[in-house]
Amino acid sequence: MPKSVKSPAPEPGRLTVRKTYKLYIGGKFPRSESGRTFVVDGDNVSLASRKDARDAVLAARAAQPKWAAATAYNRGQVLYRIAEMLEARRAEFTALGVSDSELSAAVDRWVWYAGWSDKIAQVAGGANPVAGPFFNISAPEPTGVVAVVAPGSLLGLVSVIAPAIVTGNTVVVLAAGPQIAISLAEVLATSDVPGGVVNLLTGRYAETAPWLAAHDDVNALDLTGVEHEELAAELERAAAGSLKRVIRPQAAIDFTADPGLRPMTALLETKTVWHPKGY
Amino acid sequence: MFEYAPAPESRSVVDIAGSYGLFIDGEFDGGKDGNVLKTVNPATEEVLAEISVAGPEDIDRAVAAARRAFGTWSALPGAERAKYLFRIARIIQERSRELAVLESLDNGKPIRESRDVDLPLVAAHFFYYAGWADKLAYAGFGPDPKPLGVAGQVIPWNFPLLMLAWKIAPALATGNTVVLKPAETTPLSALFFADVCRQAELPPGVVNIVTGAGDTGAYLVEHPDVSKVAFTGSTEVGREIARSVAGTGKRLTLELGGKAANIVFDDAPIDQAVEGIVNGIFFNQGHVCCAGSRLLVQESIAEELLTSLKRRMATLRVGDPLDKNTDIGAINSAAQLARIKELSDIGAAEGAERWSPECPLPDRGFWFAPTIFTGVTQAHRIAREEIFGPVLSVLTFRTPDEAVAKANNTPYGLSAGIWTEKGSRILAVADKLRAGVVWANTFNKFDPASPFGGYKESGYGREGGRHGLEAYLA
Repeated sequence: MPKSVKSPAPEPGRLTVRKTYKLYIGGKFPRSESGRTFVVDGDNVSLASRKDARDAVLAARAAQPKWAAATAYNRGQVLYRIAEMLEARRAEFTALGVSDSELSAAVDRWVWYAGWSDKIAQVAGGANPVAGPFFNISAPEPTGVVAVVAPGSLLGLVSVIAPAIVTGNTVVVLAAGPQIAISLAEVLATSDVPGGVVNLLTGRYAETAPWLAAHDDVNALDLTGVEHEELAAELERAAAGSLKRVIRPQAAIDFTADPGLRPMTALLETKTVWHPKGY
Repeated sequence: MFEYAPAPESRSVVDIAGSYGLFIDGEFDGGKDGNVLKTVNPATEEVLAEISVAGPEDIDRAVAAARRAFGTWSALPGAERAKYLFRIARIIQERSRELAVLESLDNGKPIRESRDVDLPLVAAHFFYYAGWADKLAYAGFGPDPKPLGVAGQVIPWNFPLLMLAWKIAPALATGNTVVLKPAETTPLSALFFADVCRQAELPPGVVNIVTGAGDTGAYLVEHPDVSKVAFTGSTEVGREIARSVAGTGKRLTLELGGKAANIVFDDAPIDQAVEGIVNGIFFNQGHVCCAGSRLLVQESIAEELLTSLKRRMATLRVGDPLDKNTDIGAINSAAQLARIKELSDIGAAEGAERWSPECPLPDRGFWFAPTIFTGVTQAHRIAREEIFGPVLSVLTFRTPDEAVAKANNTPYGLSAGIWTEKGSRILAVADKLRAGVVWANTFNKFDPASPFGGYKESGYGREGGRHGLEAYLA
């Protein structure tokens, strides 16, 4: 039975309205421009194409300056709103097979990152005591557009999206677990996340990831969800063309553990500004 | 303009040997296959010394020595590692005159700069990171950060000893051991640094210096027992290194090229701005990755500013790097001179207007007069490509938004300059510039406490400050 009809539980004598799983690009839910779908657990799911990936990069790039320019307080509020919406839709994810504990951890992770929005700059930056009459300060800034090959689990997906966007990056996510990913997209779409900040593509990442890895308007590449060493190496090589920042964990990540700062700092640039002091 | 009598620094303070081997496991020895290359004084074309070219076997030996040393070095209490680095810093201070003269001889930079900028910063860098060695738990990278292992480091020829300090000081402070390859045209100060390490009684194998050209660098970067690669140099080579490191799990930091915009607004103090422009592009012959090589001047003051700039450029003294009055020394190599000439000729051919002050150049050696191009558009190659020489491209703008758009219209993002008296404008423009270092009403300032590094294709990772530790910690 398709996953989309598992929730709510079917009533006898009533035909359930199924959900169509589409892509999430620029705040909208389009089908793949290619018209292709594939079947996952009985549901037809959009099979994203190279063109969809490029469209998603365009949407992410267009959204990035405004999202980065939003106040940190504002971004924190939006991330907290995501936690609220996810909490409210627990039943839907439960029906997709997500455990209670994972769901709680995913909600709590949004809350955790929401709080980082207006703190990371103080932790990762600050005044530098240079040997001269200068005011010198370093502050983190978002890298820009991040392409993410995401792990399949809900907690894994949240754990790669949240640290990227909390600081002002926008993302194009190649999602492994399509129903979970698109259900999360529906959470995002109702959480005041501006269109284009998160773009989610379902399909075969081996097909779309190389285009994103080689895309000159992508600033960073997160390969956390790539399982095949050979493909990961190929994507890393492709990313070297425009010197993208690459995240490639060397060991399996325990997503229930404290993530630390690295998931955020890996997608931040440090800008240092000097100014002379004097009358 | 006043006539200045020559005031040459004595080169008798430095004793250069006829030939140098590789510094591996605390000892100098020749390369296995006996290949050598010559390093010359670019101001005279005189051969200074023969150096060994390290081949794959030599790199194997150096990496093995560094790996052996890693166990004990990383296990030393941080306070003890710190004291070695403090020792090194002190020895550099004591030998700074000798090293400054050596650097000017091998590199061609004016003694005024090697003496007043390079060497003080080198010593300061070791002092700064020495102090971190026993405080790493407080650096914000977790309660017990670990070193990575053997760091393979490849540095450029523009600030040979300073780039060595930027690489070695943080690596050693964090408990890593290193194999460093200096540039083929400027190997001498790194070889003298090997002697500093011996004087400091640094344990053998903690620092290894291998000389050679691009092949030697590639062997080092690709060596399977290197855990961390750090490179400063061109974006082209940086890309190759990123490709070769892909899939290996090696950590990588890259500090690459730049095409910095130096933006002068109509309310800027003109004389200060002119000094900043001159410092931005003619410091170190323009062999600076963060050089202010694109001048963006607000249209309303362009004429006045250019008049002042040309007047100032006419007072620049080009010549003997060891003369204390020299402002602009020799171009580092014949190859670099050819590249500067080629791009400058292209600039003229593409329609930009070329100007240099009347400027006698020595007969021998590699020289290029300070040059500006006006009427440059964003499509011109001299506005897009890194020239890495004393050549300034001048563009104009009308509004702050246009200035920001033009400044960011480059794949690079290393540095930028802003000249204006209006504080709110500085802060707003600095926010919008996609560059790792922004100098406002100043330019080309460096400090060991100040993180340095680029956005976009200028590379990734930061050197200097607390941030500089991250590249060497797991």
